[in-house]
Amino acid sequence: MTQGDSERAPAGLARAQGRVLPGWRAVLMVMEAFWIWYKRGWRATVVSSVLQPVLFLLAFGVGFGSLVRGGVATGGEPYLVYLAPGLLAMTAVQTAAFESTYPVLSGFKWQQVYWGMSASPISPGQVAVGHLCWIAARMLSSGAVYVLVIALVGGAAGFGIVAALLAATLCGAAFSALTMAFAACVQHEGSAFASYFRFVLIPMTLFAGTFFPTSQLPAWLQPVAWVTPLWHGTELARGAALGTLHWWPALGHLAYLLVLLLIGVVLVRWRFSVRLAR
Amino acid sequence: MSDALIQARGLAKRFGAVQAVRGIDLDVSPGEVFGFLGPNGAGKSSAMRMIACVSPRSAGSLQVLGMDPDVDGPAIRARIGVVPQQDNLDLELTVRQNLEVYGRYFGLSRSRVRARAGELLEFAQLTDREHDPVDPLSGGMKRRLTIARALVNDPELLLLDEPTTGLDPQARHLLWGRLYRLKQRGVTQLITTHYMDEAEQLCDRLVVMDRGLISAEGSPAALIERYSTREVVELRFAPDAPRPGLAELAAMAERAEELPDRILLYAADGEAALGAALRAGARPRASLVRRSSLEDVFLRLTGRSLVD
Repeated sequence: MTQGDSERAPAGLARAQGRVLPGWRAVLMVMEAFWIWYKRGWRATVVSSVLQPVLFLLAFGVGFGSLVRGGVATGGEPYLVYLAPGLLAMTAVQTAAFESTYPVLSGFKWQQVYWGMSASPISPGQVAVGHLCWIAARMLSSGAVYVLVIALVGGAAGFGIVAALLAATLCGAAFSALTMAFAACVQHEGSAFASYFRFVLIPMTLFAGTFFPTSQLPAWLQPVAWVTPLWHGTELARGAALGTLHWWPALGHLAYLLVLLLIGVVLVRWRFSVRLAR
Repeated sequence: MSDALIQARGLAKRFGAVQAVRGIDLDVSPGEVFGFLGPNGAGKSSAMRMIACVSPRSAGSLQVLGMDPDVDGPAIRARIGVVPQQDNLDLELTVRQNLEVYGRYFGLSRSRVRARAGELLEFAQLTDREHDPVDPLSGGMKRRLTIARALVNDPELLLLDEPTTGLDPQARHLLWGRLYRLKQRGVTQLITTHYMDEAEQLCDRLVVMDRGLISAEGSPAALIERYSTREVVELRFAPDAPRPGLAELAAMAERAEELPDRILLYAADGEAALGAALRAGARPRASLVRRSSLEDVFLRLTGRSLVD
């Protein structure tokens, strides 16, 4: 058959140029694609990812906070200092919620960028993890800007606020992975996301300890708050910022968030594979 | 050991209760342009997705570039190019960015994708639009860009799912020209289409697919020779006008087929068959004699026309 071959395939058709990337490089390439896309319209996102949180900080921390006298509950710090790390965590979770819903459905359904990616050597699981890492990078970078603003308005008690940023990002990443797995199951826009924001995100941001300690909640509601990733992220971020963290609770919160993140990653990889490789 | 680029035996795909592909055998050789011809829902795209290693097979065996998609999916995908039925370009990126971003998924360096994007823009005749966003491009331009993107890794095998569906005739011819150039370079191509003219233009060899099965295989000319006559007479009738009996007409040709708006007479000598039909009293609104096409092959094999 070799003779027939050389007749059919003209000399010069070399082996293709593509190769399979190691997993971490594949994830980086997915992040790079989102970065190139993001660069084109980043100004629009400044409003939601920086300006809006800053307004929250000014309204609740500086404005409303002037009515609140710091005490035992605030670790002896002014309310602004107490609130700032909580807002860091809340902002991360909000970013996670928005970036992990409509953009994910769009990747499957409207813009369909996931389909293009998964026709390349990149696997559906790598697409999922790449998008998740991109969202985490967004939370980290807009959170860093937020930390600067917090420091400028006097909301930081020290460098602990940097550790708070990391805790907030971990909390947001865990929430994002779970949300992405949910979004990957949504076939039609319908009311799935609207209900999700209404019944999961908003109650969580109001009652998981951002604005006041969960000990102020009715006793039966407290366990609900304890289940949320935001409560653990807030406790961790606030403890780090105020320097009031003790080893055992810190490890507990950290472990809880890491386990949630792990479960989320497993679920989101699975759902992406189911949907992209039918 | 086979030298086929694609080899399938009893390849099948099931979605729940729906059997999309019911067991097909394929051998596609290097350098060949191979077609799947069939109506919508025949199982062409499902077969294509299995070969593209994005859809696991339900049964049978499949080898692409000598590897098993279930085991070496990413390694196969690294060496093939895929043009999906629906363009999934990134509409908000520029034409050039679409190519560069995609090349990076295949492990190409930044400088390599830059150079490669330049070549591909030239090939797709989009060089003057390279910095424009994709969204406002015409359908034909988007399609050419999707094909260019599929070539970013210099694939050994290019899979095209309905490459010209929805394009105007001029855009189709331009695209066929590009595909022909790839064939001359030795790129093996697998094309699904429900256009018989496209299959005749492009394919060295094709299979006719219907309801998940292959009903015939061969070159366009061989298929026409085997399943049809040299010429066809088309007798067109007004919807409620009286028609001559099919059996009566069939006696004047080798075979006759009745469609909603016309009767087809298959004969080696079309003019003679037409004359005989008119003498026998047939009064069609219009008539024509033409050469047999793959459409006739399909009609013969399945009893249905390709495009409704």
